[in-house]
Amino acid sequence: MTKDIKTQLTEMNLDGHRDKWMEELQQVHSDDVLKELQSPPGKYSIGRLVRLLSPAAREFLEPMAQQAQSLTIQRFGKTIALYAPLYVSNVCVNSCVYCGYNRTTKFGRTRLSVEQALADADVIAAEGFRDILLVSGEDASFVTVDYLAELACKLRDKFSSISAEIYPMTEAQYRRLFEAGIDGITLYQETYDRQLYAQYHPSGPKRDYNRRLECPDDFAAAGMRRIGLGVLLGLADWRLETLALAEHAAYLMKKYWRAAVSFSFPRLCPATNVQDQWPYLVEDADLVQMMLALRLCFADAGIVLSTRERAELRNHLVDLCVTRISAGSKTNPGGYTGHDDTGKQFEIADDRSPAQIAEVIRSVGREPIWKDWDTAFSR
Amino acid sequence: MDKLVIAGREFQSRLFIGTGKYASNQIMAQAIEASGTQMVTVALRRVDIDNPDDSLLSAIDRKKFLLLPNTSGARDAAEAIRLARLSRAATGIAWVKLEVTPDPYYLLPDGEETLKAAAELVKDGFVVLPYINADPILAKKLQDVGCATVMPLAAPIGSNKGLRTRDAIEIILSQATVPVVIDAGLGSPSHAAEAMEMGADAVLVNTAIATADDPVAMATAFKLATEAGRMARLAGMAPQSKQAQASSPLTGFLRNE
Repeated sequence: MTKDIKTQLTEMNLDGHRDKWMEELQQVHSDDVLKELQSPPGKYSIGRLVRLLSPAAREFLEPMAQQAQSLTIQRFGKTIALYAPLYVSNVCVNSCVYCGYNRTTKFGRTRLSVEQALADADVIAAEGFRDILLVSGEDASFVTVDYLAELACKLRDKFSSISAEIYPMTEAQYRRLFEAGIDGITLYQETYDRQLYAQYHPSGPKRDYNRRLECPDDFAAAGMRRIGLGVLLGLADWRLETLALAEHAAYLMKKYWRAAVSFSFPRLCPATNVQDQWPYLVEDADLVQMMLALRLCFADAGIVLSTRERAELRNHLVDLCVTRISAGSKTNPGGYTGHDDTGKQFEIADDRSPAQIAEVIRSVGREPIWKDWDTAFSR
Repeated sequence: MDKLVIAGREFQSRLFIGTGKYASNQIMAQAIEASGTQMVTVALRRVDIDNPDDSLLSAIDRKKFLLLPNTSGARDAAEAIRLARLSRAATGIAWVKLEVTPDPYYLLPDGEETLKAAAELVKDGFVVLPYINADPILAKKLQDVGCATVMPLAAPIGSNKGLRTRDAIEIILSQATVPVVIDAGLGSPSHAAEAMEMGADAVLVNTAIATADDPVAMATAFKLATEAGRMARLAGMAPQSKQAQASSPLTGFLRNE
């Protein structure tokens, strides 16, 4: 019998699965992985993902990479799409202990007026971008629905696709954003480990794990075309997190079948004034195994790579299974118009220009794509 | 080779080409050239249709190839109609490959919305080439509202699986009053030849060419296969038989005096 939505959602965390999944991951043998690699790639089941994420699968990264590359080319073509983030505010009411925007961190906070944001957007557009991602801290008193809707309306002449990575809103609010031209929302659960989540989010509205977990349902129901999901890698065991993330994605894909799900892979890296030690930090090989395993389970999911990762690694990853990549990013409000004194959310590890990234994409035999949508779809 | 006529326009080539998924616009242009095609479809989402300097559009010689804008990405009739109208306003091209694909994973066409959009666009003066599931009744309805072709899929788009919908396509072919173009899922030249042998009027290929190791050589292979399949169809193929035919084992006695 199909479980109701509420049950499915509450089970989408590690609490009920941790021990079982942990045991299953350890029990996978090389033969199981080989068998998995012989079945047609791209179809999801939790058992398949367990086998591909297992420690035993680590010695099969090369055949996994080859399958992932060829599946990505078959489904997405020899192309990689480019986008740029536009940070509009680094004011935040939350106190996520890992984040540079943590409200307890002391630095000059900046909010861009719509006009200032448009000035940054002009720089982004001049670099060739047509796909823009609006990013903000949880700053609901300034970055209101009206603010975002006004900004989106004014961006529509210059950008063919506008998405947002913002604090949770209601379905009605998301619907307004959609009508204004924002048609994709990214919201990371950060971690699917409820207990760790509570530790990492000691105060502010973000403390509410369930609210965050249910939020993608709200923006998907509001008609958003693109659903961006992810965990902040480094907060908990990456294998378990990937399993929970995949269950969440599979649920959303079935229920909101008109929307396309993509995965992002933000990895914890030093942010301003946050230099604690972290027990779950994720290594390059872990990150690669996670990307490959997800690709081999979700043939058509977008795989997004940001400038948090260093240039050398990005050069290799674009050839595996990445479908969308940012370039020339500034993670501080006003950064594109030369304000480098405002607080960054994270340090950019790849500061090459968009033109240089496009060249990297070409060098691995892919066409950089700047436009893959049209505002005419929505109006 | 006999000519194909769609909405009064003649085509020597029965191979139509898509423009997505190529490693570069240069390779795309060379593959288009090698394919011998005269009709090239372009996703409106991918290009600035009103900008002649658009890097993809400018790689296509509009004097040699009819540009067929498509509405890929449209989730319903209203979106597809809006895109088609914007495209015609910007380019003057009244042809449209109608794609209404609300599911972003398999990109399967929505028959109900496609029919709705087709009826309205035809009324508005468009030459409509709808991408559909291999659904014979829907194909008839689309003919009835005035579509210039029907374009049933052989298999899910990008799957390279070949003629998985063979039985339904045979029915469509037997009933069609407009050209039938087999679209989506043709993964190898033999698939294209097979579709043409069955009596398809044309085939449309993208993924199989664009993602081949050598797209230009693959485009040539599809050109030859499409021509071979058409030629075989016109030549009147000998019927297949599972067994060797003994000469009149049951009625031979009638000839024995």
